Amino acid sequence: MIRLEARPAPSGLMSVLSPVMAFAITVAAGAILFAALGKDPVQALTVFLVEPFNGVRAVSELGLKSTPLILIALGLALCFRSNVWNIGAEGQFLMGAVTGGGLAMWVTTAGLDLSRWAFFPLLVLAGAVGGALWAGIVALLRDRFNANEILVSLMLVYVANLFLNWLVFGPWKDPQGFNFPQTVTFASQTEVPRLIRGMRLHWGFLASLVAALGMWLFMFRTFTGIQLQVGGPAPAAARYAGFSSRAAIWSTLLVSGGLAGVAGAFEAAGPMGQLTPHVSAGYGFTAIIVAFVGRLHPLGAILASVVLSTFLIGGELAQSRVGLPSALTGVFQGVLLLSLLACDTLIQYRVRWRGAR
Amino acid sequence: MNELALLVAATLAAGTPLALAGMGLLVNERAGVLNLGAEGLMLVAAVAGFATAYHTGSPWLAFAAGAAAGGLIAAIYGWLVIWLNTNQYATGLAVSLFGSGFSAFVGLGYVGKQIREQPIDGVPGLRDVPLLGVALFRQHAMVYLAVALTAGVAWFLYRTRAGLVLRSIGESPQSAHALGYPVQRIRLAAVVAGGALCGVAGAYLSVVYTPLWVEGMVAGRGWIALALTTFATWRPTRLLLGAYLFGGVTMLQLHLQASGVQIAPQFMSMLPYLATVVVLVLISRNPLWIRLNMPASLGKPFFPGG
Repeated sequence: MIRLEARPAPSGLMSVLSPVMAFAITVAAGAILFAALGKDPVQALTVFLVEPFNGVRAVSELGLKSTPLILIALGLALCFRSNVWNIGAEGQFLMGAVTGGGLAMWVTTAGLDLSRWAFFPLLVLAGAVGGALWAGIVALLRDRFNANEILVSLMLVYVANLFLNWLVFGPWKDPQGFNFPQTVTFASQTEVPRLIRGMRLHWGFLASLVAALGMWLFMFRTFTGIQLQVGGPAPAAARYAGFSSRAAIWSTLLVSGGLAGVAGAFEAAGPMGQLTPHVSAGYGFTAIIVAFVGRLHPLGAILASVVLSTFLIGGELAQSRVGLPSALTGVFQGVLLLSLLACDTLIQYRVRWRGAR
Repeated sequence: MNELALLVAATLAAGTPLALAGMGLLVNERAGVLNLGAEGLMLVAAVAGFATAYHTGSPWLAFAAGAAAGGLIAAIYGWLVIWLNTNQYATGLAVSLFGSGFSAFVGLGYVGKQIREQPIDGVPGLRDVPLLGVALFRQHAMVYLAVALTAGVAWFLYRTRAGLVLRSIGESPQSAHALGYPVQRIRLAAVVAGGALCGVAGAYLSVVYTPLWVEGMVAGRGWIALALTTFATWRPTRLLLGAYLFGGVTMLQLHLQASGVQIAPQFMSMLPYLATVVVLVLISRNPLWIRLNMPASLGKPFFPGG
């Protein structure tokens, strides 16, 4: 018989070990699944988990996928720590892609002569505004009308998706695009500058690392950052200390929406170079897992984003090399988060074995 | 007139999955458990139901398979949040993410497959009444079962001892525990029952309503069902009416699209989601009203002796 016994204080060791154990469980579950599908588990796992690191180009692609995940997960970590449940980052990402991509499209069609470096800050700004406005709706409805932010932010994902679809099927469709739902290809000066010649990895990746550092400073080295986090687990204590929960709702949603929007703008103007209905590979939802696996910590988010982008790329490779469906990535992601939450129990509780009596 | 009758009929059909899933979630929430995994449960159940209907041809086996799939995953969710005390929001989200990935993976082999459309027998005798017959009495049996379920849940919650215990656990698990009720086991039973109903709703979508399997076909109905419980202030009859209201919104937009109104289809498709937001805003703007009606322990963990 297993019994849980509350620990006197949360275990710091388990807090770090839990993601490792969850990863091990996920890999074990994957091996069983591969075997059940009639594939050699070792070979399949190699393709899934090792191949994405094989060579400079592969690592560049990993960084490329990590960029939006890090940016979004940073904002979500701040939200979740403050007990604001923004789960609509996917919608904020899409709106950032719309505003950032829209700006790039406007520069392209107007034929403006801007250097890449002059455009880069404009792109960041446009994406941040788009994402923050979309999250601002959630904040407004939560603050003013007490509407549940989980449901509102999620409903707005569907709305944002339909809005993007309307744009690329309608007014923003490339007239020379053979009726495909896509905008014109953006002019080269709107592209996010690349880090290494010949690789797709761009300066957005460095920007995401800088953002992580900034978020770390904000969370743990500023008074406002601490205030926000106190409001999460102990709202009564926070109220007593004079901290405002309204300010927490607005600031966390605007920051996380803005970061997700920047991620969307990078994705549209970076590797895509145009807007299509498929600008997101579900980054907004994957980033929720990144935030939890990264312990809602900015630096943890960087590490966790590598794991989750490995799954994303591994899934694509598994499809092309071993003939496994890339939908497996979603299964891996779900199993990872579920086993992580189960393992997290060990942070607060000790397992006692009780002999049969 | 006949057109209106058809619209009413379509509304009932579209509202039924929302009513089934919403009723399950209402039972969960009355016991104090908020399952954000509804969307994922419905997706997995939709695949399970479709696969069963494809291989056996029996819609009732398909509903049973959907209920089993929904109940099974809900049991895992319940074990995590009730015994391991994991955060209900995070765990529900995890179930939703897992469900969407898992259903996409399992469903690959069923994309584009066809099953026989379910014959609609309707209510004998009444189905030939002019207008009313078309509007109300030519539906799949599940539509009527959803109405019966509403009555059943209302009776259970308000007229039986077990329902009283369930509600008391939702209000104050500590008191129920002190009185000697097995709070955790009752909560698990509520979660599994709720998951099974979400499962039936998912199977109804893929077997009767569409009838097809498409990745992500639940299209937010699990989340809308969650919003419905708030909309209904956790009362079964109001939930049924709310489900039909949303079914009506869905049908209205399809109807407008078909009648050639000059609005882009994407904006029409936004309607159910925007309606959910509007309804949440209207119902939640008085915090006191929500606090009076919401089960007091909703979303909060209970750990005996902890």
